[in-house]
Amino acid sequence: MKKIIKYVIADILSSRTIIVYTFVLLALSISIFSIEDNTDKGVVSLLNIVLLVVPLVSTVFPTIYLYNSSEFIELLVSQPLRRQSIWVSIFIGLAGAMALAFFIGVGVPILLYSYSISGIILIISGMALSIIFVSIALWAAVRIRDKAKGIGLAILLWLYFALLFDALVLFLLFQFSDYPIESAMIAVSMLNPIDLCRILILLQVDLSAMMGYTGAIFRSFFGTDAGMAITAVVMVFWMGIPLWLSMRFFRKKDL
Amino acid sequence: MIQIQHVHKRFGKITVLNNVNLSLKGGQCIALIGPNGSGKTTLIKTILGMVVPQSGKILFKEKDTAHKWEYRKEIGYMPQIGRYPENMTVGQVLDMMKDIRKMSEHELDTDLVTAFQIAQIMDKRMRTLSGGTRQKVSACLAFIFNPSVLILDEPTAGLDPLSTEILKEKIRAEKQKDKLIIITSHVLSELDDLVSEVIYMQDGKPRFHETLDTLKASTGTDRLSKAIAHVMSHQ
Repeated sequence: MKKIIKYVIADILSSRTIIVYTFVLLALSISIFSIEDNTDKGVVSLLNIVLLVVPLVSTVFPTIYLYNSSEFIELLVSQPLRRQSIWVSIFIGLAGAMALAFFIGVGVPILLYSYSISGIILIISGMALSIIFVSIALWAAVRIRDKAKGIGLAILLWLYFALLFDALVLFLLFQFSDYPIESAMIAVSMLNPIDLCRILILLQVDLSAMMGYTGAIFRSFFGTDAGMAITAVVMVFWMGIPLWLSMRFFRKKDL
Repeated sequence: MIQIQHVHKRFGKITVLNNVNLSLKGGQCIALIGPNGSGKTTLIKTILGMVVPQSGKILFKEKDTAHKWEYRKEIGYMPQIGRYPENMTVGQVLDMMKDIRKMSEHELDTDLVTAFQIAQIMDKRMRTLSGGTRQKVSACLAFIFNPSVLILDEPTAGLDPLSTEILKEKIRAEKQKDKLIIITSHVLSELDDLVSEVIYMQDGKPRFHETLDTLKASTGTDRLSKAIAHVMSHQ
């Protein structure tokens, strides 16, 4: 398994996209921290970019990579290798590369300019988001044979998690504004890893006061250790479930 | 060595393999022939576990191969169209396969690597190779690990006459070592002096599985191509 991971990572690095991505993130974070004096404000500005860019690159790049390396996968499947270990190695290679790119591009500047709890949480949640969206991309790419459709689905999934989901939540909020739905909102936010990360970081930089009563409810849930533990478990589920589903499909896929 | 029992495979609504039953033994050199789209490549891919059949079993040395992988150590596969990571060099592909198969250098069978002068193209990237050169790399990869089963899907397509002769000579040499060799080809004249058995596939079903001599005797012909033409016209 180690060998396949090694070849996957060597293959990813040879495409150079990931290196460009790292440098773009690095340039973004350094310029934001140079403009903002207040590091908390810097973290929040960075957060908004991270929550949009990281999921996009982490879904689209792995999807394209998987379609382009279909020959490689076919070659591996005809060899004495377990299908599950091929798939897990590809996942580890991609998720590792994306998380590392994020760590170098955003994590290192945060550690240098804004070494704080909110900064650390931004690093952890950004790396978690990278892994989660690689897992989602794997699931999308394994199910669809056609490259154009597969990439289309990857972009749609990103659009859903980054934009459409929030619109739906707002719609629900307005529709049910007469009812006490604040606690339900916590459950709904679990359905979107991007929202989870946003809430976690906003609570850390004390912006929850601006979110009114809902903010207070969020604070009383996500602010506690139990709340944090539940959130961490939910994030792990977000990494594991799409991966598990894609693996189940890959085991029976015809190549 | 390989038993195929009641294998059934559909792609969507199209039935590609329809209740295939075959028994293949070591020491046989089998020609798998049939019209385009008769399920030859799919059958090969099911043996390799690349295509998963809807029902039926494939036994390799009396053991079920479903979701297994160890048995593939004993199979050398030369695909119809060799598809390799385009950015890797020939040397890297060979090294990667050696790395995956974990075989020590002195156990390797490098006859074809020498005969095809692969050493000269070690640094070329796979995407720059011509179709024939790719076939040579595929052939080397199939034979290099000295497997007990060789599955060659259209091995000579795209090869020049000299390389074809080298490959045929190698197949003959391997046949002497009691290996099971399965060859698909549309160039029947080429198979004449290689194979000992013939499996004729049509519409996803093997129509017959006979030794070459029986087939020639029953059709009253002396060439495989004539025998097959005779069978096809008398259906």
